[in-house]
Amino acid sequence: MAQGVNIENFSFWYGPTQVVKNISLSAPERQVTALIGPSGCGKTTLLRSINRMHDLTTGTRSEGRITVGEEDIFSAAVDPVDLRRRVGMIFQTPSPFPHLSVYENVAAGLRLHGLARGKEIAERVEACLCKAALWEEVKEHLHRPGALLSGGQQQRLCIARALAVEPEVFLMDEPCASLDPVGTMRIEELIGELKHDYTVLIVTHNMHQASRISDQTAFLLNGEMVEVGITKEIFLAPQDPRTEAYLTWKIG
Amino acid sequence: MQEIRRASYSGTREGLFHYITFLAALGLVALVLGIFFLVTMQAAPAWRAFGFSFLTTSIWDPMHNEFGAVPALVGTVLTAILALVVATPLSVGTAIFLSEMLPQRLRRPLSFMVELLAAVPSVVYGLWGLFVLAPWLRTGVGQFLTDHLGFLPIFAGPSLGIGVLTSSLVLAIMVLPTITAISGEVIRGVPTGLREAMYALGATRWEVITRVILPTSKPGIVGALLLGLGRAIGEAIAVTMVIGNANLLPRSLFAPAQTMASLIVNEFPEAFDLHLSALLLLAALLFLITLAINIIAAWFVHRPSPDATATDKESVWARLLPKGGG
Repeated sequence: MAQGVNIENFSFWYGPTQVVKNISLSAPERQVTALIGPSGCGKTTLLRSINRMHDLTTGTRSEGRITVGEEDIFSAAVDPVDLRRRVGMIFQTPSPFPHLSVYENVAAGLRLHGLARGKEIAERVEACLCKAALWEEVKEHLHRPGALLSGGQQQRLCIARALAVEPEVFLMDEPCASLDPVGTMRIEELIGELKHDYTVLIVTHNMHQASRISDQTAFLLNGEMVEVGITKEIFLAPQDPRTEAYLTWKIG
Repeated sequence: MQEIRRASYSGTREGLFHYITFLAALGLVALVLGIFFLVTMQAAPAWRAFGFSFLTTSIWDPMHNEFGAVPALVGTVLTAILALVVATPLSVGTAIFLSEMLPQRLRRPLSFMVELLAAVPSVVYGLWGLFVLAPWLRTGVGQFLTDHLGFLPIFAGPSLGIGVLTSSLVLAIMVLPTITAISGEVIRGVPTGLREAMYALGATRWEVITRVILPTSKPGIVGALLLGLGRAIGEAIAVTMVIGNANLLPRSLFAPAQTMASLIVNEFPEAFDLHLSALLLLAALLFLITLAINIIAAWFVHRPSPDATATDKESVWARLLPKGGG
């Protein structure tokens, strides 16, 4: 079940350095929200707050509220481990588990959470690979190491792996940064498909990508959110001069 | 100006430097080959006299010029394997704890303390084994094992405090820093992206460790264990002090025994002729065994990771050099 993400007055610190400054942003369900901005603007930090990835790093601190669906993710009742199952994440560098085959990479999450057993696993793996638009390419070599696929295929494998645990939200941190144009195009098509069933938040450096795939775009600068709005409007008629400057390559 | 002068000198200076380092490296290789050559030369008479029966017979009798290495071979393999059995869970566990559980700022001091174990001289371990571990195994623990598990052949006979078990425990402590340090390097070399990918699927730390970190670092950990094995097999002084030095096949873990290295230490000062040659034949064997183990270990540790996309920066396998070891 797709769930919207709501960020309210959220701030984040690495030690003494504040990298996210009082950001409020609502990512509606079944839409793609793009976070754009120059390097170091806090967009990746913001994204990684949504599945509490920062809990794994010492010396971090945050303030404000983030909800996934109705649930406050920082409330004591929420187990970050369970939250991460519900909020899937795709990283900049494709990271298939090198010791596992294509099949076992997708099955990893199923086995982890006991979501399927026996024959059911094979069905779920196939369904996820289909959904990630990878099945046709790998069905002949399901038992080869996942790390032997091309970069773009690896990234789609990671998407299939994340799909297997039935997340409600997809966080994507520059998923195409290391891919060639063809690989990038396939991922973009896939994101277009995924948004029918999931809420997608994507960090990207590629503004054309943001304009192609997102419904909503948020522009961040130095940890602050400068502007957020419907993608078309942001790109055609930015309200803030800083957004315009960035979009016309004057900043960053 | 500096740049120009440097440029004009660089030809000869670079050449000289190259030459000196090349000679140093060559010298090292020549030294190893020279040692091996001299040892095998002097081992040749024993090999001519006994051939393969040296490796298959059990009588070691210098008085009658009868030399069979089986007790020493068995003692060596037995103590080294037992040491590894004890040291493996301890050191891999320590490596996981140090690299995965401990807060960053405590990692260095604690890793340093583990590595400090490698700096303790062998003879100190031997003394500790003799004066602390041996009495302990003779009375408390030994008594307990004899009383309650004495029916098992491996705990048969009186616990004298020195023997196979004591040697193995001393060796276990001695190989612990080697295995811990190298396993730790390998574990820390697992790309952050893989850990995060597993966490992002909703895995606990324990699941990340058992399902991603350990499987991906397995080859490196096997290499670390082999380096530990090489060190245990070659260790001489500490073992000589606590093994009891009996050229017999050990009947139980409490029995005194002999390893190849301890046999050489014990008998070398008074050996001559065929006896000396037999000891050098043992030395040559020891040399070959540890060399082979170290080569295999190095292959495991340096083996490129199967992840074709891992860059050099990420893959610590590449810069990993065995420390201590064999």
